[in-house]
Amino acid sequence: MSTIEKTMLLLFGILLTACGGTPEKKEKFTYERTKTEKKVEAEDQVAEDKAAKDITDLDNKGVGPVKNVALGAGVDQAMARAGKELFKSKCMLCHKPDKKFIGPAPQGVLDRRSPEWVMNMILNPEVMVKEDPIAKQLLMDYNGSPMANQGLTEEEARKILEYFRTL
Amino acid sequence: MAVMFSGCNNSKSPNGNRGALASTAAEKVYVPPGEHDEFYAFFSGGYSGNLTVYGLPSGRMFKEIPVFSQFPTNGYGYSEETKPMLNTSHGFIPWDDLHHPDISQTNGKLDGRWIFVNGNNTPRIARIDLKTFETDEIIEVPNSAGNHSSSFVTENTEYVVAGTRFSVPVPQKDISIKEYKGNFKGALSFIEVAPETGRMNLKFQIMMPGFDYDLSHPGRGKSHGWFFFTTYNTEEANTLLEVNASQNDKDFIAAVNWKKIEEYINNGGGTKMPAEYAHNVYDHSTHSAKSTIKKEVLTVDPTKVPGAVFLLPTPKSPHGCDVDPTGKYIIGNGKLSADLTIHSFDKMIAAIEAEKFDGNAYGIPILKFEDVLAGQVKSGGLGPLHTEFDGKGNAYTTFFISSELVKWNVETREVIDRQPNYYSVGHVMIPGGNSAAPFGKYAVAMNKITKDRYLPTGPELEHSAQLFDISGEKMELLLDFPTHGEPHYAAGIPAEILAPKSQKIYRLEDNKHEFAALGGDETRVERNGNEVHVYMSMIRSHFTPDNIEGIRVGDKVYFHITNHEQDFDVPHGFAMIGANNAELLIMPGQTRTLVWEPEQVGVWPFYCTDFCSALHQEMQGYVRVSPANSDIKLSWSLGE
Ligand SMILES: [Cu+2]
Repeated sequence: MSTIEKTMLLLFGILLTACGGTPEKKEKFTYERTKTEKKVEAEDQVAEDKAAKDITDLDNKGVGPVKNVALGAGVDQAMARAGKELFKSKCMLCHKPDKKFIGPAPQGVLDRRSPEWVMNMILNPEVMVKEDPIAKQLLMDYNGSPMANQGLTEEEARKILEYFRTL
Repeated sequence: MAVMFSGCNNSKSPNGNRGALASTAAEKVYVPPGEHDEFYAFFSGGYSGNLTVYGLPSGRMFKEIPVFSQFPTNGYGYSEETKPMLNTSHGFIPWDDLHHPDISQTNGKLDGRWIFVNGNNTPRIARIDLKTFETDEIIEVPNSAGNHSSSFVTENTEYVVAGTRFSVPVPQKDISIKEYKGNFKGALSFIEVAPETGRMNLKFQIMMPGFDYDLSHPGRGKSHGWFFFTTYNTEEANTLLEVNASQNDKDFIAAVNWKKIEEYINNGGGTKMPAEYAHNVYDHSTHSAKSTIKKEVLTVDPTKVPGAVFLLPTPKSPHGCDVDPTGKYIIGNGKLSADLTIHSFDKMIAAIEAEKFDGNAYGIPILKFEDVLAGQVKSGGLGPLHTEFDGKGNAYTTFFISSELVKWNVETREVIDRQPNYYSVGHVMIPGGNSAAPFGKYAVAMNKITKDRYLPTGPELEHSAQLFDISGEKMELLLDFPTHGEPHYAAGIPAEILAPKSQKIYRLEDNKHEFAALGGDETRVERNGNEVHVYMSMIRSHFTPDNIEGIRVGDKVYFHITNHEQDFDVPHGFAMIGANNAELLIMPGQTRTLVWEPEQVGVWPFYCTDFCSALHQEMQGYVRVSPANSDIKLSWSLGE
């Protein structure tokens, strides 16, 4: 085994402990690529640290048509069901309910954001990413991948919000 | 002087110092950034097969609408959904020669619902929806050849007509061309238009003598119920027509009382004959077209319907046939005559009632020239072709040979103004010009020759349109702009009629496409023998799935792709390396299908062709293609 190969193996050991990757992948790595992967990983970590997911701001209502949302005491199940259907057809290409995908997971979003903010993000994403500090940060966190305006009505966005309460 | 100075000082115009009345041509056509034009203008694309949309007065081109030709820009005629639009009784025909657009009317006024255009070569009529600016329907015209006197609509869009330019044997048969005379027929087809949907149906064909039916216009007002067609080659020559079809001093305008014929067939008249023709309809809920071959057509022998068809002698080889907004006058210009001929509808009716005929042609009564003539514009110019109207009592006639546009008064027939064109003008268009209520602010001359007007671009130049301000006594040339293909007629309409109802997206919930992947969880890949169906979705900035394996050489892969965007002006594209096909451009909420038959083993990328976001370059994916006998399992993924 050459020195270079030994070094690679050693590097691999470190990487495996660091990210918990599967052993089958190892022969595919090269020295250069390991370095690059590590760098990206590290940058990601920094980004995560100041990421919007860690910001909790229940006072920020965002920018858009929604000024005031009154949530009922309990979840309106019929509304949430309708919201789930809308979410499936209009949002699921980019959002998984419970894990980070192209965009963030809505699970627990109401612990971090006001309902108005969530609805304005759905209804007015173009303006939000320009004017709202959290939306701006989210755009950065998600590699500049813009949230598509899916042309939902306020009523539809409200249903999706209700669905988010069940997650 | 004092008055004038204060006028100038009040003016905000930077050119105010030239005096309050002075206004440059540039100012009149300048539409500042962010502002919109006053009119839409739809130009026939001639041999491009398509229709182009321009703004007036700016002359800016907004769109090319594919109609009769395959269009790689968006995959029209290449995608599985749109291929049926180009089906005919002769099979798939990816091109035609698009001539005369005409906008639908209600009570003689433009209603802006649809625009109809004709395919000249393989006779067809298409209907384009003016909400989506997409071709919704194409109907083939049987027993016809050179569908030229077309596609003009009656004043309530009851019918769109398709008169044949070339007469042919009906039904087609193997006979000597020398037997043309007396044996060939000219079909004038009347296609009814369903008032709500616009759906077209070939209601009847009038089997006329074997002349060439060149152009046509509907009656309106008092002449509503009539249609007028110019003829040439009343000699029925079959060779060297430039000589042999120019023998007669006069040809005819055929006046057809379609209401009378409608009544005749509603009472069981006419003869059904076998005929094959395609009827192609695009459905905006399935996002797909369907082609049906029809088997029969109702024909009418005009000699069997007394009082329905008459011939008005018109000098000499007339081309244009135009009816003024009041419906009182029918103008036929002999392209080999210097004079304009204006027939009077009232005098025609009087002559018919008095039965003052001058013989007949194959049993169709010929009226006397002097009995129907309202008057002539003498020596108007050389080679008069087409006439449009400004709604203020004036007519504007183009002269091909002397290259000019001539303004004259319809009642007095006095020439008011003449302006040179650069060069060889064919049609002229005034918005609403073929209606009872023209918008007489601009006239656009469509020129056949362009040399020296623009920077040279090799031996071929785009044709040139010239915009005239016709709001004053004299016409004023404002602008030259290039047009695509070989424009014939054009149709214009105020923007305020169309713009507010222009469609922005297709709603995903209305998408009934059989192969749409509507929820993110509906994306999948299915194999059926050697057919593989990929149910794919797209949204900024990824495809789902973006990795597909288990495709084999010899497979026929159908990419059914649904654009999940619901935002105006966010189409995505799809291009597959090595596909013997075009790209797809898929509108928000729409589904499109591209067929790919991979012939080489490897891992092949696909990507989005329409720059859609900062991450557009990342909008890509791979298909792994294995040997024909491979047992790699079909699989697909995103983010794994
Ligand atoms: Cu894209």
